[in-house]
Amino acid sequence: MGRYETMFAALSEKKEGAFVPFVMIGDPDKQTSIDIIDTLVEAGADALELGIPYSDPIADGPTIQKASIRALGEKITPADCFDIIKTIRTRHPDTPIGLLLYSNLVFAAGITQFYQQAADAGVDSMLIADVPLREASPFIEVAKQHNMDQILIAPPNANDETFQAIGENSSGYTYLLGRAGVTGAETEAAMPTDTLISKLTQHQVAPPLLGFGISKPEQVKAAIDAGAAGAISGSATVNIIESHLHDKAKMLSTLSDFVKNMKAATKQ
Amino acid sequence: MNQLDKKFGEYGGMFVPELLIPALDQLEQAFIDAQQDESFQAEFMALLKDYAGRPTAMTLSRNLVSNPKVKLYLKREDLLHGGAHKTNQVLGQALLTKRMGKTEVIAETGAGQHGVATALACALLGLKARIYMGAKDVERQAPNVFRMRLMGAEVIPVDSGSGTLKDAVNEALRDWSANYDKAHYLLGTAAGPHPFPTIVREFHRMIGEETRAQMMEKEGRLPDAVVACVGGGSNAIGMFADFIEEPSVKLVGVEPAGKGLHTHEHGAAICTGSKGILHGTYSYIMQDKDGQIEESYSVSAGLDYPAVGPQHAHLHDTGRAEYVAITDDEALNAFQILARKEGIIPALESSHALAHALNMADEAEEDTIIVVNLSGRGDKDLAHVHSILGEK
Repeated sequence: MGRYETMFAALSEKKEGAFVPFVMIGDPDKQTSIDIIDTLVEAGADALELGIPYSDPIADGPTIQKASIRALGEKITPADCFDIIKTIRTRHPDTPIGLLLYSNLVFAAGITQFYQQAADAGVDSMLIADVPLREASPFIEVAKQHNMDQILIAPPNANDETFQAIGENSSGYTYLLGRAGVTGAETEAAMPTDTLISKLTQHQVAPPLLGFGISKPEQVKAAIDAGAAGAISGSATVNIIESHLHDKAKMLSTLSDFVKNMKAATKQ
Repeated sequence: MNQLDKKFGEYGGMFVPELLIPALDQLEQAFIDAQQDESFQAEFMALLKDYAGRPTAMTLSRNLVSNPKVKLYLKREDLLHGGAHKTNQVLGQALLTKRMGKTEVIAETGAGQHGVATALACALLGLKARIYMGAKDVERQAPNVFRMRLMGAEVIPVDSGSGTLKDAVNEALRDWSANYDKAHYLLGTAAGPHPFPTIVREFHRMIGEETRAQMMEKEGRLPDAVVACVGGGSNAIGMFADFIEEPSVKLVGVEPAGKGLHTHEHGAAICTGSKGILHGTYSYIMQDKDGQIEESYSVSAGLDYPAVGPQHAHLHDTGRAEYVAITDDEALNAFQILARKEGIIPALESSHALAHALNMADEAEEDTIIVVNLSGRGDKDLAHVHSILGEK
């Protein structure tokens, strides 16, 4: 059983949803980034969604763009990111780790080569923000060869054809978009409707985690009440890093409190 | 699934967030319908003729070429309303916007030419335009910013990243992800995700069609070569499209070599040959070994883009078209030669194509007819060129 399946099974037994924070690897620097990710897991994050910094992140709003720029300013490369993930994987052998990145980083290395490096580092899943279902088959194939999950996005505007394709191809979890637009805490997610949840159930998609515009414990609770398997919070997490760039101790304690509160909201 | 082919050989595709797929599908459908709709075509043709001034002239140069075996023609897109070829496809996409029932237009612009074309079409057709422009470009291109605002467009400076064209495209895509219900993204070149490269080509293909008819009328035969500058590649694909199936016509694309291909300061994506994805399409791009996009450079803002349209990548790989690069200095030289010898001030972009055509003319040993796509006029470049020449 993969780490996501194990996690969802354990959570379901405890009647809990998943809370998954996102941060950019290497933000604001290599060592602090390792400490940040450690803190997230120790504070109760059920899984991790980690970004590889990229020069042209078209699906990201200002908060995550700035995180990319900080990490690129530290000359963080994909190779550095895999090093950091290896460290995290050694310390936290059971936590599912997902990568969220852009296609050109994968193409530059070669799809197979890149997935091999990710698998070697201990990555469980890949979400490529600019690879829609229609372009996903070569990635899904390589992911399977490396026992990794290719995470697919279910947007609020998807049609039945898309839901069906997600159902046929999804594993690990499904990234359920809370709204249109780009990442950011400025605009709140809408909760999934009953119709949407029943479509996801009907097409047997991998457990849906709601993301985009999730920054408060009430939203996590509402998402799970509405039928999501949990929630992902990126920009709100990264905002805490940005607000405490000059006070690492405060940054880590604030992150820890944030994750504890968000996690508490997953318990029914 | 797509109805039109989304790839050119291995190039092209739709590498965008899942959210944008329905909007791209809607656009593809609207384009297919419009191509078959006589009333749409009639309106487009009427705008091109009565508003934009098509067909544009074909001028045989009198004094440019000393080689008696060569005739060098200029396809005068510089005479089109707006001052460049860009008006063609902007009118087409603005009509598609209305056809889709959308009321707003999002666009990106580098030097401001596509922004100006978008602003004029939106003013004419009653659409609300917001145009993303790198903060550095807003400063450098103040007259075009004023033109856009004068015609009622909102100009939004982009601070993120390098503050230039590629960041303006990123920001336009982000806006579109949130507002595709009521807004159309009016992309400015033959790049980006499918169906943009196909739509932009089809809405510019009259450049090549007119060239064919004008050559048949003036010379009784097709030209031996057509030459066009290539940034994203819209004017070049418009010139090439009608000649791709005519093997006797050589297709030549001219990329910006900037300060030289051996430096990092150029915009010659095809000539330096590295493949990847930028702005939704797989093509030749400028990147480092990890796949981070590099900044491009050219004296000509319209060619200053670190990627190229996917059909050009394919035409290059199949050998159907040839791609070369011309430096800033060579382009500036051609800019001055055309002004002095023919009384025409070309855009710096088009000066790249002219510079290479002049080299071809010098080297020709047989009777040769060359057509240069003079894609735009140089008014916008006067202050820039003045300051460069003043320094020398």
